[in-house]
Amino acid sequence: MSGIFICHARAGLMLPAMLCAAFAPRKRADGTVWGVWRMLNAAAVELCAVMLALTLVGCGSSTPWNDPYPASQTGANILYSAFQEQPKHLDPARSYNVNEALFIAQVYEPPLQYHYLKRPYRLVPLAATEVPEPRYLDAQFRELPASAPAENIAYSVYDIHIRPDIRYQPHPAFARDAEGDYHYHVLSHADLEGVHELGDFRRTGSRLLTAADFVYQIKRLAHPGLNSPIFGLMSGYILGLDQYAKQLRSIYDELKRKQGASAFLDLRQYPLEGAQVVDRTTYRITIKGKYPQFRYWLAMAFFAPVPWEADRFYSQPGMAERNLTLDWYPVGTGPFMLTQNNPNLRMVLARNPNFHGERYPAAGTPADARSGLLADAGRPLPFVDKVVFSLEKESIPYWSKFLQGYYDASGVSSDSFDQAIQFSGQGSPEVTPAMRRKGIALETAVTTSIYYMGFNMLDEVVGGQSERARKLRRAISIAVDYEEYISIFANGRGMPAQGPIPPGIFGYREGREGVNPYLYDWVDGQPRRKPIAEARRLLAQAGYPGGRDPDTGEPLVLYFDTAATGPDSKSRLDWFRKQFAKLGIQLVVRATDYNRFQDKMLKGTEQLFEWGWVADYPDPENFLFLLYGPNAKVSGNGENAANYSNPEFDRLFRRMKDMDNGPERRQLITRMVTIVRRDAPWIWGFYPELFVLHHAWYHNLKPNTMANNTVKYIRIDPALRAEQRRAWNQPVVWPLLAVVALALAGLVPGVVAYRRRERAAAL
Amino acid sequence: MIAYIIRRTLYAIPILIGVNLITFLLFFVINSPDDMARMHLGAKRVTSAAVEQWKHEHGYDKPLLWNEAADGITKLTDSIFYSKSVRLFVFDFGRSDEGRDIGYDICQRMWPSLAIAIPTLLIGLLVNITFAMLIAFFRGSSFDLSAMVLCVMMMSVSTLFYIIGGQFLIGKIFNLVPISGYLQGIEAWKFLILPVAVGVVSGIGMGTRWYRTIFLEELSKDYIRTARAKGLSERLVLFRHALRNALIPIPTGIVAVLPLLFMGSLLLESFFGIPGLGSYTIDAINSQDFAIVRAMVFLGSVLYIIGLLLTDISYTLVDPRVRLQ
Repeated sequence: MSGIFICHARAGLMLPAMLCAAFAPRKRADGTVWGVWRMLNAAAVELCAVMLALTLVGCGSSTPWNDPYPASQTGANILYSAFQEQPKHLDPARSYNVNEALFIAQVYEPPLQYHYLKRPYRLVPLAATEVPEPRYLDAQFRELPASAPAENIAYSVYDIHIRPDIRYQPHPAFARDAEGDYHYHVLSHADLEGVHELGDFRRTGSRLLTAADFVYQIKRLAHPGLNSPIFGLMSGYILGLDQYAKQLRSIYDELKRKQGASAFLDLRQYPLEGAQVVDRTTYRITIKGKYPQFRYWLAMAFFAPVPWEADRFYSQPGMAERNLTLDWYPVGTGPFMLTQNNPNLRMVLARNPNFHGERYPAAGTPADARSGLLADAGRPLPFVDKVVFSLEKESIPYWSKFLQGYYDASGVSSDSFDQAIQFSGQGSPEVTPAMRRKGIALETAVTTSIYYMGFNMLDEVVGGQSERARKLRRAISIAVDYEEYISIFANGRGMPAQGPIPPGIFGYREGREGVNPYLYDWVDGQPRRKPIAEARRLLAQAGYPGGRDPDTGEPLVLYFDTAATGPDSKSRLDWFRKQFAKLGIQLVVRATDYNRFQDKMLKGTEQLFEWGWVADYPDPENFLFLLYGPNAKVSGNGENAANYSNPEFDRLFRRMKDMDNGPERRQLITRMVTIVRRDAPWIWGFYPELFVLHHAWYHNLKPNTMANNTVKYIRIDPALRAEQRRAWNQPVVWPLLAVVALALAGLVPGVVAYRRRERAAAL
Repeated sequence: MIAYIIRRTLYAIPILIGVNLITFLLFFVINSPDDMARMHLGAKRVTSAAVEQWKHEHGYDKPLLWNEAADGITKLTDSIFYSKSVRLFVFDFGRSDEGRDIGYDICQRMWPSLAIAIPTLLIGLLVNITFAMLIAFFRGSSFDLSAMVLCVMMMSVSTLFYIIGGQFLIGKIFNLVPISGYLQGIEAWKFLILPVAVGVVSGIGMGTRWYRTIFLEELSKDYIRTARAKGLSERLVLFRHALRNALIPIPTGIVAVLPLLFMGSLLLESFFGIPGLGSYTIDAINSQDFAIVRAMVFLGSVLYIIGLLLTDISYTLVDPRVRLQ
């Protein structure tokens, strides 16, 4: 903010003329005083007049003065939301971020989606007509029965049938002339003069969705210019994708040499063995081996259709220079289309006039019917006409505007938690009376994610599979009291983790069966963390009685690497030190920037670290693979950040990952969880809980941590919102009048003092 | 003067090369191209091949400053520094590492920044000089003392307090203006009132003290004593003589900061949701977008050099005794 001060301190041009005019000598003998008085008086009168006018305008206006939206939107069926971080990519081949999914999930439609209401999470068709069941083939491409052992399956074939009636949103890439030629596929720089946004193209068109569009997008995952984050993973599964990328690499380099950076690589010309069009509404994906989790990927935007016309349109010279790219202007078939893309201010989604139509689910959980979530069953989606996302970087203005009714729903930041949430006698969260009076309601859900503290299993002190190391890790795991952590640092929004699998994921067990016996006792029907004495006993057995190294007599020193720097993290890091101090262990926090932290993790030079994982899909494989040996961070550059390796766990993992959900799989998962609980490569941390507040005019909210395309289910009551906004935001003008009155009152002694000084003798 | 301006312009070239080099070194000491790639590719499932691919696509797979493997002049030109910096000198900022046109973004974002900065500057000047003159008029009195105490108190309060307090009182309690947000065109005015008011009020303490010091210095000079000896009233002494001479350092100071106004204010824009340039560089540093960082640092340097040159020129305009040689 020093910039502001500097501007003020060094500036001053307009004032002299104004002051000189105001204070110019008057003809009357006492002109000086009267000059000052007249100017101030006139200014005061003018100010009062302006305020009066504003008051009258405000009283007569139907919109409150502090309404941040245009008056034309008052009473409109618009959903108002916010985003805190600017999206970087809106291309479905590149985007892998929740902030970006907020937008593209409403625009693109992959073959499948998650059922909005049912739990556990269940896949249902979206662009597809049904959830595909794979056919299995052996190495000679002979059909195998569905019950064939995974090791015999060389290929899984998914035939995906799509709905025949789906059309793309209106877009200039589809616009054609009377001869059927594309209007905007051969544009010169001159044609693009004055074009800065997609709306600057006058003509738009559309066409039916085809299976080829899905295949085209799968090919885009290997496009060398796109750097799709899942290419590495998918090249291990989709037949021929790896080779395809190499083929495209050389072709694309050659094209760029000839045509420059805006070269259009027409993927339709290059077939991919693992993704092929069968007919207009059917395409086939061939997967290497058995990979049942693949169907979950079919619910992600990576597998949504992209029309070749869009790539052709955006690849023309001059487009990228105008920020007109598929990465910024998506082209989809979903219920909404992006009509305003200003990531520094506002993103606007409008209803897609070509949307094929979808209906609100007619079934859910028994609780859904009781809570009114089935009241709109069978009604056509989407309910709102437009969604306005405003950039709100700071939580305080976001919260204030939510309370004023200018945002329809909000999370709960730590700053406003006490104002919004209280815990009942039974310990369940509920809104405070003040919130309830405003009609604000709370929805909660445990997320399919985990935050944990990990041990580097390659470390000499805390790592390894010796019994000594296990006891040391278990002792520390008991001492780090995550119940307290959740209470202090997450305002109670979390559930202590008993293992790697969070609630809502197959294999998670509730009650006594689900408790980690190495860390908890089952007391009075509740898990209770083992006493610190037990941790000290384990520590002594591990060779560190009282937390001291018997050879040196010095306290055991452990190093905790974290990317959490700055004053905000200090209390949390101090808390960690205190937990280790309970055992007499000295914890040294090594806080570095994220780059250095990543380097340490990749090289395996850390000892303890904190990490987290948000599920890609609701399958236990997506959590247990975080502990699979070949995925180790150091040796395999994988997601196993603890570098944990247990041959028995790895063997079970390989069996479990290819199995369908059932008793046998559950049994395997239980054995795996038992192994990692015993080995304790992580301090299990907690599963975060999502708290969402919404106003009375906001309907059908059910937190769904797997689905991102949920805006279409939300219904609002614009009339109630407009009424509430008016009631809550009546302008209060008297403080302004009071300030003016105070200033005028201060003038009187000022003028008297001025006159006295003017008349005083020089000495 | 023309020769002077040409000479200063030529001096700017090595300065800008130096600034570029220092920015480049500082950035790459903290962030390696691998770090940048990982940041841009996201936190999940990033493979080594993907990192290499990203670096290749964005031109970060070359040596930083000197390409030993190349021949002749390409030892220099086939490096990240050369390929990323040389076009800046023709003001071609290129594209951000995320693919957006930096020049276009700057043009779009500078106007909201200016919409806050210019009124804040002008109203701030008016208010600060008015208060400073008033206090100088009553110098030595208890009013002067009280005002100075108040100014020091206002200086001591964090700008963040003014912002949050202003939003709470004016926007939330009194419901007079929107708490944050921005609309383009004529409707922008209601979003500018509060940030401008906060900007002005937060600057009163320091600004008033600064101008008061200038006025008091002038009032102690011989020509003021002469004016008083002639029997001129205090008002005429203050406004006709002291003010004119006191204003000499003021425009010269303003001219230096004028070109930098459009760079915006990080805190104000962030809290009030103004889509200006204030957070552009900070966001780029956080997301390790070297393309934006180098462009903004380069632009800031150019503007600062222009500001200093204009300051020199303005001296000749406000003080005839000064000649540029």
